[in-house]
Amino acid sequence: MEENKVELVTVTIDGHQVEVEAGTTIMQAARKIGPEVAPPAMCYYKPLEGTGGKCRACLVKVAQGSTRDPRPMPKLIASCITQVQDGMVIENFTSPEVIEARKGVVEFLLINHPLDCPVCDQAGECHLQDFSFNHGVGTTRYEEERRTFEKEDLGDKIQLHMTRCILCYRCVKTADQITDKRVHGVMNRGDHAEISTYIEKAIDNDFSGNMIDVCPVGALTDKTYRFKNRVWFSKPYDAHRDCDKCCGKVHLWYRGEEVIRVTGRKNMWGEVEDFICNTCRFDKKESSDWTIEGPTKVSRHSVISANKYRADLISKPEFALKVAESQYKQINDDRPFLKELPEIKKSEDYQGLMKQNKDYFRK
Amino acid sequence: MSEVEERVALTPERLAKVQEIIKRYPAGQQKSALLPILHLVQEQFGWVSAASMDMVAELLDIQPVEVYEVTTFYTMFHLEPVGKHVIEYCRTGPCCNMGGEGVYDHLKNRLGIKEKETTADGVFTLKEVECLAACGWGPCFQIREKFYLHLTNDKVDEIIDELRN
Amino acid sequence: MAEITKILTEHIDKPGIETFKVYRENGGYNAVEKALKEMTSDAIVEEVKKAGVRGRGGAGFPMGMKWSFLAKPEGVPRYLVCNADESEPGTFKDHYLMKSIPHLLIEGMIVSSFALGANKGFIYVRGELMYVIRILENAIEEAKAAGFLGKNILGTGYDLELVVQPGGGAYICGEETALLESLEGKRGNPRNKPPFPAVKGLYQCPTVVNNVESIANTPWIVMNGGDKYASFGVGRSTGTKLISASGHINKPGVYEIPLGISVREFMESDEYCGGIRHGHQLKALVAGGSSVPILPAHLVYETAEGNERLMTYESLSDGGFASGTMLGSGGFIVMDETTCIVRNTWNFSRFYAHESCGQCSPCREGTGWMTKVLERIENGKGSMSDIDLLVDVAKKIEGNTICPLGDAAAWPVASAIRHFRDEFEWHITNPTEATKPGAIYRGEPILA
Repeated sequence: MEENKVELVTVTIDGHQVEVEAGTTIMQAARKIGPEVAPPAMCYYKPLEGTGGKCRACLVKVAQGSTRDPRPMPKLIASCITQVQDGMVIENFTSPEVIEARKGVVEFLLINHPLDCPVCDQAGECHLQDFSFNHGVGTTRYEEERRTFEKEDLGDKIQLHMTRCILCYRCVKTADQITDKRVHGVMNRGDHAEISTYIEKAIDNDFSGNMIDVCPVGALTDKTYRFKNRVWFSKPYDAHRDCDKCCGKVHLWYRGEEVIRVTGRKNMWGEVEDFICNTCRFDKKESSDWTIEGPTKVSRHSVISANKYRADLISKPEFALKVAESQYKQINDDRPFLKELPEIKKSEDYQGLMKQNKDYFRK
Repeated sequence: MSEVEERVALTPERLAKVQEIIKRYPAGQQKSALLPILHLVQEQFGWVSAASMDMVAELLDIQPVEVYEVTTFYTMFHLEPVGKHVIEYCRTGPCCNMGGEGVYDHLKNRLGIKEKETTADGVFTLKEVECLAACGWGPCFQIREKFYLHLTNDKVDEIIDELRN
Repeated sequence: MAEITKILTEHIDKPGIETFKVYRENGGYNAVEKALKEMTSDAIVEEVKKAGVRGRGGAGFPMGMKWSFLAKPEGVPRYLVCNADESEPGTFKDHYLMKSIPHLLIEGMIVSSFALGANKGFIYVRGELMYVIRILENAIEEAKAAGFLGKNILGTGYDLELVVQPGGGAYICGEETALLESLEGKRGNPRNKPPFPAVKGLYQCPTVVNNVESIANTPWIVMNGGDKYASFGVGRSTGTKLISASGHINKPGVYEIPLGISVREFMESDEYCGGIRHGHQLKALVAGGSSVPILPAHLVYETAEGNERLMTYESLSDGGFASGTMLGSGGFIVMDETTCIVRNTWNFSRFYAHESCGQCSPCREGTGWMTKVLERIENGKGSMSDIDLLVDVAKKIEGNTICPLGDAAAWPVASAIRHFRDEFEWHITNPTEATKPGAIYRGEPILA
């Protein structure tokens, strides 16, 4: 082999062959083929170093280790952190073993999750929703008391709703790698582990808002956006501005004429392309602050372009809540959200939300 | 917030020990000294307060959160004030199969407190722990560095009486 | 088999053996002299390979092979780390060895570090054993004063510093990469592998992590040769093994056995356990620390095929998970007929849930879930479907986690149900009776 030439290896994933550079992970090789073979990722986040390996959502079967050593691997392995070998054969969606293990991971991630999607700002762009929908089953076998935490404000812009957290560690890595000083982390251990500042402290630095973007679930949410909208009622636009702190390239989320939210731009895997500063995110909410490039290309699989979960019900107001309620009844669930539901229904936030829904469908 | 709490300081002897401990590790790896120093802190104050954790962070030139993450992970650190003697009794299988549960019930009755509680006179705190690597000598508990082995109800009474006096 | 030799405990009962003086008078530190003055590092590695000594912490991975994987890039320090975090329920041999004869470990650390080309070694001791840490630190001072540690040891030009590092109370730090994280002052979260510590270990440098007992074997191997060591034992189970015997036996304690004696001999002879206490019957055995599959009485002395069961890695695992177990760390927990298997399983399950680091979802959520279900069954609130639920949850944890704690949590539950399902069912169908104080199921165990 010539020097300086990048070594290429060939791998097969679910019957699709692809050539990638040596050292590439199975996840990246699969993504190169396309979403039809890419394993789900709940903790892995390419822009952040050292993420991955924790959630076990991306487990795959290595049916053949390499051309040199064709033996299969004895256990399922995390595709996000395992490098490909030349001649490796991987089974993802084609392996019953993988599908079964993934069902298990969905179940594990959900047993202590509040399933309060109807009032969660992340609903519609939540990776746990997608993961459960694509890989889980519709019932629960969990009868025990569920773990809950109090909501916590991390300063005036970010709210931590720990009960929803899946401990992906992305926000911890973000604080380590994007901000100048980390003040939050993972406290305690086992099923008591939680994201926290330990002693209440505001997370106060120019890039803290990125924690919201990297959070796969609704554990870290934008307080300035709280209960303002459902994601599928808003329309994202690519926009930019000259910013002395960051790239200034964002998605502006419009409802009607109003900018209701600013986020970093994300790729098709839900990963931020460039991290943005808090000024761009929280303080620039006028169209005049931005140069608008045009509507963001939204994948046709996205709930933003069409409701992917229950297309048959989307035309009816309050559909999300009704679906959720009916599901709760089926599984005889006792999650706190259900108990709080009557109260939540009376709240101003909720009334506002429902009015928005009705207004939207009246159009 | 911790900033408003009172400042805490280690004794000069322990501060000298801290410097000696830090030198055990390669340059730039002073964070390795964290667990040994936290043990020194607990030895001096009996527990590890938020203010003392901030002090340790300063000593090691690391972020306070790096200390909080560690103290909340390891079970030996008392994050709340405790009594003079913390009785850490083993609740794991081998000790329980040797009658541990009965002995510990006796211990609780004798002190009139439950696990995680401290007696009104501030002398004893009870803490349930997992296996102490003394399985053939169980049931057992530990008070600070000392192991008490082959426990029976009578032996528990003796130990309590001795420590009370 | 060669005649019984004590490799680790020959001198352990001699008064004053914890001091440098008495240890030296009994031939201690001769291996350091021989290794540093007469042998090359490679020659020592070769002897350890020949000895066939397998990791005594529980995994049983050949020590010499582990040593030969150590990367040796120029100009990068290498480390030897001794895993003295002994926390596996049922195991207390390292505790016993270190407190009784600390210089044996120090001597082993010196010859092993020399063999690996390490100039710094760490002994990571679980923090609860603070008194043992002081014993070891004292031994290090004595060895240093005698010229066996520090700069230019015995004038050979070899330098070695040993540091005793306390843990903080976490079983998971017995997993080698969690131990390294902890040694770096972090939470004991196991690392994803690869890279293995042999390539990127402590401070991202090549590192070997070995158990106390493994390292303590090396002075003898240096003095007597690997072939001699391998002449003890059976097949790939060479040398001797420290067994921590606990539970319902007449003589609990730590015993050094030549690998290959029968389980019956170990259980019944007066030299070892001395039989079941009070003339009771054996009900079950956990042969290698709480994480290995539990065996019902009828599979303890004989394998499912009717062969005599021996104290070796191979014989104990004969029959696989269906009817075998593992030697593991040698934590030999004996249970007589007064033991409630359901309660014991719940207890072990609670241990693993308590000790899960919480990083990966199957272990974090699954261990707690199993514990809650077992607690319900133990408290007379279980249903029949709970048994299959436990089996399924255990299956979904096993093999799917970052480190072996997931397996360690799953195996005791799965095996207890496999062999004692009737006892679980009895708890569910007779809740009133089963929850009476001291109630024990007396039915016959299921034959595999």
